[in-house]
Amino acid sequence: MKAAKHKHPGEEGLRQSMSWLHTWAGLIFGWVLFAMFLTGSLAFFRPEITRWMQPEIQVQPAPAVQAVATAQRYLAEHAPDAKRWFIAPPSDREPLIQLLYQVPKPKPGERGFVRVKLDAATGEPVTARQTRGGDFFYRFHFELETAFPWGRWLASIAGMFMLVAIISGIITHKKIFADFFTFRPGKGGQRAWMDGHNVLSVLGLPFHLMITFSGLVLFMVMLMPAGIQAVYDNPRQFTSEVFKANKITPPLNQPAPLVEIAPLVEQAQQHWQGRLGRVTVNNPGDAGATITLLRNVGDGVSYGLLAPFMRFDGVTGALQESEDDHSATVVTTGVITGLHLGLFAEPLLRWFYFIVSLAGTAMVATGLVLWIAKRRQKARPGDTREAFSLRLVDGLNAGTIAGVVFGVAALFLANRLLPADMPGRQVWEVRAFFIAWGLSLVYAFLFQRRKWQDLLGIAAAALALVPVVNALTTDRHLGVSLPQGDWVMAGFDLTCLASALFFAWMAVKAARARKAPARTAGKPRAARNEAVKAAVAATAHTPATAAAHEPAVPAAVHRTAFEPRGDTP
Amino acid sequence: MMRYRLAVFSRATAAILGGYALASAAAACLAVWLPMGRADAVTAAQMLSFVVYACGVIWVFATRNAWRAWAGILGPAALLGGLFLAHRLVAV
Repeated sequence: MKAAKHKHPGEEGLRQSMSWLHTWAGLIFGWVLFAMFLTGSLAFFRPEITRWMQPEIQVQPAPAVQAVATAQRYLAEHAPDAKRWFIAPPSDREPLIQLLYQVPKPKPGERGFVRVKLDAATGEPVTARQTRGGDFFYRFHFELETAFPWGRWLASIAGMFMLVAIISGIITHKKIFADFFTFRPGKGGQRAWMDGHNVLSVLGLPFHLMITFSGLVLFMVMLMPAGIQAVYDNPRQFTSEVFKANKITPPLNQPAPLVEIAPLVEQAQQHWQGRLGRVTVNNPGDAGATITLLRNVGDGVSYGLLAPFMRFDGVTGALQESEDDHSATVVTTGVITGLHLGLFAEPLLRWFYFIVSLAGTAMVATGLVLWIAKRRQKARPGDTREAFSLRLVDGLNAGTIAGVVFGVAALFLANRLLPADMPGRQVWEVRAFFIAWGLSLVYAFLFQRRKWQDLLGIAAAALALVPVVNALTTDRHLGVSLPQGDWVMAGFDLTCLASALFFAWMAVKAARARKAPARTAGKPRAARNEAVKAAVAATAHTPATAAAHEPAVPAAVHRTAFEPRGDTP
Repeated sequence: MMRYRLAVFSRATAAILGGYALASAAAACLAVWLPMGRADAVTAAQMLSFVVYACGVIWVFATRNAWRAWAGILGPAALLGGLFLAHRLVAV
């Protein structure tokens, strides 16, 4: 802790001060970051989770041109006077036609936007249990279920701490390459946690840096208004100059029939040689109507927020404006944000995203545990304030690391167990998540000694129950989904089972660690500090090098299985 | 102990608030001076400002004493802010 006021400037001093910075910048928002990393990992499978959470929906996607015609028929009948229509055609990942329209004058207490999902084959709205599906994880990841804009600010501040923690962590590291191959689970205690933390961090370093920086870039208009205000009168001027596809045009207040959208879709897809992503109709039924077609964001890495678009006159169908390319700077930003969103990633790459992202989650978790492990070694017996901070952090660690996982499982279980026609059931699903997390925190502080083994066990049991409850409540369980090759359902259930196994294994480990007396207790402090340094330098010495290569393999294997939870292919 | 806490508090303030001021100054300065279209300049400036922020924080905690920490943040911030204002004067 005295590292911040080091007396000898120079390399060693820098490393110590960076180690101090890494320790504290990582700790303060560690628990928030753990929840953000975990929900963010799940959000890569947002549509697949939604599909698992609405098992009664079983439809086939239709081509975009046909689907848009179906959607236009529905909207012309049900929402002729809406201000705006949004149509998302079906895709392999989301087989429903998704409609959203803005009601002109919502009555007090009513929503301004109405969301409808259509079966592309019948053109009829599908009704299913109400759920937020994968959207919950996506939203929680950057809004933390906190009111706009505070949640976004909080998540961004946590992201900035993460960036600082990553950079200071790199500087702290003397032998970043050697540590790559160092994993000594047999040594136990702090050394094993340190090695685990290093492996997880270094292996995924490019991803961790990218995902943290790009997360900030995604919100840069909100976070760093100075650059915009230096040049523009207000931020909206800037966003409408860069994001032209979102332009809102005023109505002319003269009725005029809307042109057929489907042929325009055909024209656009020809022009792009790509897929349609979204249709936006401004002022349908008005002489000032416009139709904006946006290319599918999955068609290019840089399309995340800046996909090419074409805008047509809504009455004549004449092309008004289009944009295929952006300047190099804007494309760079597009790639950075596109990499974060990962929408371009096809199945294999998406799984890779998911796994590396879970490695990031585990990096945060091991870092939090390491804080305790390091600190406990240095603690003097009888120091009550030190004992208090150790208890506090350890309780928050167990209650959050196991608790959030339990919360995710609880949400999935609530999805299956709450009555399908229960009003406000989607709210209770989310409440199940927070109740499970909250109870875990309470348990962690009530049962100091057994918290890790019990909470990890509870998380494992809850995860294992998900496929079981799915089998009892639906007819799309593993016994059906596997033979049918229904990989969305099967992948989800299997991932839950794999996660359950992993957490059960950790619970057993925690139980064993509790029974075994602390191994390092007898060593004098100086020798232990030497050991920490040796942990970094060890691979340079011959006996360790040979041994270090073997543990590297189990490290990689267990990283693949790391912290997975409810997900899908 | 108290002195130590104050020193940490001072550096944390320099890093968090000072760093943000430095990043904002960098964003404003780059947005007006980068030789590109205005949307491009603003975009590049905004992105680089997070890098500047992170470097500022590292500087604050890496340097020998709190005075140097504050000077290393406020000095460049004043310089960049001055360059931004200079552009205003030139442009008007």
